[in-house]
Amino acid sequence: MDMSIFSNLALGFGVALTPINLMYCLIGVVLGTLIGVLPGIGPVATIAMLLPVTFSLSPITALIMLAGIYYGAQYGGSTSAILVNLPGESSSVVTCLDGYQMARQGRAGVALATAAMGSFFAGCVATLVVAMFAPPLAEVALKFGPSEYFSLMVLGLVAAVVLAHGSVLKAIAMVILGLLLGLIGTDVNSGVLRFAFGISELADGIGFVTVAMGLFGIAEIITNLEMKEAREVFTNKVTNMFPTKEDFRRMWKPILRGTVLGSALGILPGGGALLASFGAYTLEKKVSKYGHEFGKGAIEGVAAPEAANNAGAQTSFIPLLTLGIPSNAVMALMIGAMMIQGIAPGPQVMTEKPQLFWGMIASMWVGNLMLVILNLPMIGLWIKLLTVPYRILYPSILVFMSIGVYSLSNNPFDVLLMMLFGLLGYAFTKLECEPAPLLLGFILGPLMEENLRRAMLLSRGDPIVFFTKPISAGFLIASIILLVILLLPNIRKKREEAFVEAT
Amino acid sequence: MKIKSPKDFWAGLMFIGIGLFFLIVARNYQMGSAVRMGPAYFPTVLGGIMAVLGAIIFFQGLVTNGPKVPTLSFRPIFFISLGLLLFGYLLKPIGFILSIAVLVFVSAFGGHEFKAKEVAILSVVLVVFSVLAFVKGLTLPFPLWPAFMDR
Repeated sequence: MDMSIFSNLALGFGVALTPINLMYCLIGVVLGTLIGVLPGIGPVATIAMLLPVTFSLSPITALIMLAGIYYGAQYGGSTSAILVNLPGESSSVVTCLDGYQMARQGRAGVALATAAMGSFFAGCVATLVVAMFAPPLAEVALKFGPSEYFSLMVLGLVAAVVLAHGSVLKAIAMVILGLLLGLIGTDVNSGVLRFAFGISELADGIGFVTVAMGLFGIAEIITNLEMKEAREVFTNKVTNMFPTKEDFRRMWKPILRGTVLGSALGILPGGGALLASFGAYTLEKKVSKYGHEFGKGAIEGVAAPEAANNAGAQTSFIPLLTLGIPSNAVMALMIGAMMIQGIAPGPQVMTEKPQLFWGMIASMWVGNLMLVILNLPMIGLWIKLLTVPYRILYPSILVFMSIGVYSLSNNPFDVLLMMLFGLLGYAFTKLECEPAPLLLGFILGPLMEENLRRAMLLSRGDPIVFFTKPISAGFLIASIILLVILLLPNIRKKREEAFVEAT
Repeated sequence: MKIKSPKDFWAGLMFIGIGLFFLIVARNYQMGSAVRMGPAYFPTVLGGIMAVLGAIIFFQGLVTNGPKVPTLSFRPIFFISLGLLLFGYLLKPIGFILSIAVLVFVSAFGGHEFKAKEVAILSVVLVVFSVLAFVKGLTLPFPLWPAFMDR
């Protein structure tokens, strides 16, 4: 590691601390916390909803705000997990287990403070991890040719399959469906209109915002409306926020372990906040000497996953910033945001647009500081928000989504498409097909085809090229091993158990 | 033949259908060769893999036992879809303000209870906020009122 990291970070802070970027960072983290607190709307739908709004912002400001939404949501998600026993975000599912028990024992304040401190510590470390690991990785990635890119995307998609709940085969089929949907529109190589059926609106392809809002936003609303509203807010006043000495003694190691594990799992393709929090909880339960208290209000069970999910949320930006490959659905949307702004995601971003690259990294630290300062005093407000009934919430979400989608090209066709994808997403949940792998495939579809074509052209049609280039071969072998492991009956059972245990 | 796992059975059928659909439609485009892939190459390969995967999932549905497909709730499906369609296709003819109100009212029917007064207040709040934020603030080019009033 050389000293340039400090001058680079200084450059980044120079960008992140300008008034306009500070303001949008604040808007991002507050919005993120808000939707994190509210169950039934996640960062994917929110970021998709706000993408059209970012048209008018400069690229760096837009990305700072959108990133703030993602890690802000991790903070907010824990609040509703602890107070209502409802995960505001899927990554805070495990926080419910011990956080809610702590609240029932009158220690809601301590649990919230633990989550906030764990998240903040993890956020600081993860910012440094991104700053340290992104540049060397980007340098390696600059040497990537089309075959390496193609194989890397295969690995990324396989990793998305690993993370999907339920059937592996269904997840693979969903990835492929995503790839196919991504091909709709004009083929860049031949100029041929594919799968457009004479619909002029499809010439430029389906907008991923439309797909994301339909699959995640609309489908979620319909699913939520099926269930009877049963939300019980812990109205007991959240008073004592300060952890005792004993609490501190018990939480620091889990926070440390959670941060390390979360940072590592976030970097993996397919990783992110969700995997990180699940992994950290399982690990902590095994290594902690208070393992028997887990599920009964153990502070470790809040500290570790909360640190891990924030660390994972942040380090999942590494593959995005260095390789231009999204590791989860939120990162797929960030790629979309970059492309809207005319930036081709990839390793060249760091050298060609250092302000953007380092500004975004610095803003993560700034945003985490804002979150920890803002969050604790604002908890009263969040509790009030949780009492807003869903029948008020969902028409509002629908209005904002519709306006957002309509404004993409001032055309009702996008609203129609969003509705259709909503119905499709609803059908998917009924058939236990997870939509997240589809979205990843959708983003990667055209990129994959392009790189496959180029690689095959360079090798004169010989597919062996993917295995003769060492890096490419490494990615492919890793993907094959992952798939084989997944399909082994034993592991498959374990994986299913892991998902069941965690939910 | 008995369906043992309906979720797999129907999901398999869906994937087979979609896979074949892309496969067949792709026949209209040029296939090219492995060296110079035509527009049909990649979708044909993908559609084929998908149809095969669908077939495996389909047969799993016949062999292994699995849960039933949960019942669909048509009330939210119908009213949410209708609300969205009305909003989209009415925005230009009747303007931003009325189409938001229509969306709020229609979609509110999709919930468990419909409280007319509450919905009325909600739609006013949402209209005011949206006009200020999107039309005034972000200057999105939406007509506020119906075409015949707006001149």
